[in-house]
Amino acid sequence: MSSRTPPLSSSGLRGPHPRWIGAGLVSARRGLGFGALMLAGAALLLALAAPLLLAGLAAGRLLGRSGSPANFTVVPGGVPQPAGPGEPLGRQLFLAALIVLAACVVWLLLLPRILLAIRRLASLTRRLVGEWCGVRIADPYLPIPAAVRGTYFQQLRWLLADPATARDVLWLAVNACGGWILAVLPAGLATVGLVEFIGPTTRPLVAIPPPAFPGNTSFVLILLGMGLIALGLGSGPAMLAGYGTLARFMLSPAGHAELALRVRHLAETRSEAIDTGAAEMRRIERDLHDGAQARLVAMGMTLDAAGQLIDSNPAAARALLLEARDTSARALAELRDLVRGIHPPVLADRGLGDAVRALALDSPLRAGLASDLPGRLPAPVESAAYFAVSELLANVSKHACATQVWVDIRYADGMLRVGVSDDGRGGADASRGTGLRGIERRVAAFDGVLALSSPPGGPTAVTMEIPCALSSLKTSSC
Amino acid sequence: MRIVIAEDLFLLRDGLTRMLEAHGLEITAAVDNGTDLLAAVTSERPDVAVVDVRLPPTFTDEGLRAALAARRAVPGLPVLVLSQYVEQLYARELLAGGSGGIGYLLKDRVLDSAQFVDAVRRVAAGGTVMDPEVIDRLLLHNSGDNALGTLSPREREVLGLMAEGRSNAAIAQRMFITERAVAKHTASIFLRLRLQPSDDDNRRVLAVLAYLSAEQPAARE
Repeated sequence: MSSRTPPLSSSGLRGPHPRWIGAGLVSARRGLGFGALMLAGAALLLALAAPLLLAGLAAGRLLGRSGSPANFTVVPGGVPQPAGPGEPLGRQLFLAALIVLAACVVWLLLLPRILLAIRRLASLTRRLVGEWCGVRIADPYLPIPAAVRGTYFQQLRWLLADPATARDVLWLAVNACGGWILAVLPAGLATVGLVEFIGPTTRPLVAIPPPAFPGNTSFVLILLGMGLIALGLGSGPAMLAGYGTLARFMLSPAGHAELALRVRHLAETRSEAIDTGAAEMRRIERDLHDGAQARLVAMGMTLDAAGQLIDSNPAAARALLLEARDTSARALAELRDLVRGIHPPVLADRGLGDAVRALALDSPLRAGLASDLPGRLPAPVESAAYFAVSELLANVSKHACATQVWVDIRYADGMLRVGVSDDGRGGADASRGTGLRGIERRVAAFDGVLALSSPPGGPTAVTMEIPCALSSLKTSSC
Repeated sequence: MRIVIAEDLFLLRDGLTRMLEAHGLEITAAVDNGTDLLAAVTSERPDVAVVDVRLPPTFTDEGLRAALAARRAVPGLPVLVLSQYVEQLYARELLAGGSGGIGYLLKDRVLDSAQFVDAVRRVAAGGTVMDPEVIDRLLLHNSGDNALGTLSPREREVLGLMAEGRSNAAIAQRMFITERAVAKHTASIFLRLRLQPSDDDNRRVLAVLAYLSAEQPAARE
């Protein structure tokens, strides 16, 4: 489910002052939060570049030592001799190289940790940008292969092979180089304004030089301060949104990475759909084999026996015929149940709304149904949604100790939304038990998602969203 | 008794015709689609129409809609709807008119020809006939109903048979008890469910069905 962005003006800041001040304060605070993230990112960048820096430092020191004339005693007519603390240049070079090499080894060992930390920071930024700026950024990372955990080289290869890693580093650099200004500027402006405002009246808190222009009076400073505060707070939300856009541009999956993720998702859901389909076929085959087929064989044998007895023992033949009739009735009942499990006739007849109504009528629970479908859904989606609701209703009556269940079906903006909620004891967990997981898989085959909210003590609410197109407009029924 | 049959499968149409004729009923028309059914009932004015739910061209609930249309065209026309499966939803739609002369049975029931012909006759006489499977599901749906919970197992059985549209005599025969015992049970049931007792068989059935298919069963005391 989409996490909803909280409104910018939090309730605590609502008061007599206008709303934009509250919004500005919240944005300024969030901007400072992003600033702190930038500092952490800069530290990680430094860690990433540590060997380079170290090598540069060492080289600089060595060169500085050998290059500066102050450290050389120039013997007239002779070659300049390094003076130093009495060590030859070669040895110094060797020592420096050794230190740099050791540092590099340590750095290499720590590299996966550093990269993972960068990844965590980027993920945090994505989440906060989603929550604070209302800009949703998808996760760009390739999933972790099971073998990767633990072994150093595989982990490093996995991290380096993922193009998202390089993009994360690039983002840290862009952010550190100037992106952060966008986030922090409102807070900065407001602070400067505050100092200008307070400065003339009380003792200046910070030594910010008052603007040196003619007529530099307290009144002008106060006006200037108020203006700056207003500018900082007023521009806050817009700046924050701009920062969010920048972050999305840098942090969302690159085109081909997005495609790769999509391909992976499709491959997974396709193979699951095929597995489910195959398992379903096997079940149907087994049901037919053990049920209707076996009964028909039995019926044929009974009829044959009746045929042989009909002249010699009409009474026995009659009993056998009645038995054959009962067998055929049972075969019919089994076939009916089987058909209901494959594709319920009422679903084919009337579509999802009425089919779920029929389910509700059969359920021992009090069921309220609100259905708002402007037309018929594609048959596979209809079927998936129907069986999902059917299973959810069965779950509710089996486990939830509920008295009432509500089903809500609506279609809007190319999305089918089905909600099933009850007043039961809650505590449902998708990771335990296979029911919810199975529904999730079935819905995922249509790029749909399932969200579960079931705190202990209830109530439980399950929401499914399946993107689909309406295949036909509703035909008028009597 | 004159009957119109609407059934698209030739074998079943033929089998139904022969079976009903064997029991001395007259088949005035046997058609295979809804449009022809409407024409046949308006021209023939039969005593009862036997209609399959699934008919061409859509092979969905065409027959159900045709049956309801036929009842609108010929008010009070008794209709017996047959189906491979039963849905409470459809039973409700058939019963929505509130008058009698409605039957809704699984096709399986034709296997017992005596009972099936009896059902046809009851519907033709203006009675209501519901398939036991519909009633089973209604009772399951009402399993949270407190008033139903106070019924004895015997009374529940009587309630089920009554909801199927059986007369006291038929219930007595089915349960191997006397008609007076059945009458005692029904009186008790009506008292517990706070229904208006009625001597009219059909009104009694409709009252029970209306009680069982009320929207919010568990809400009642």
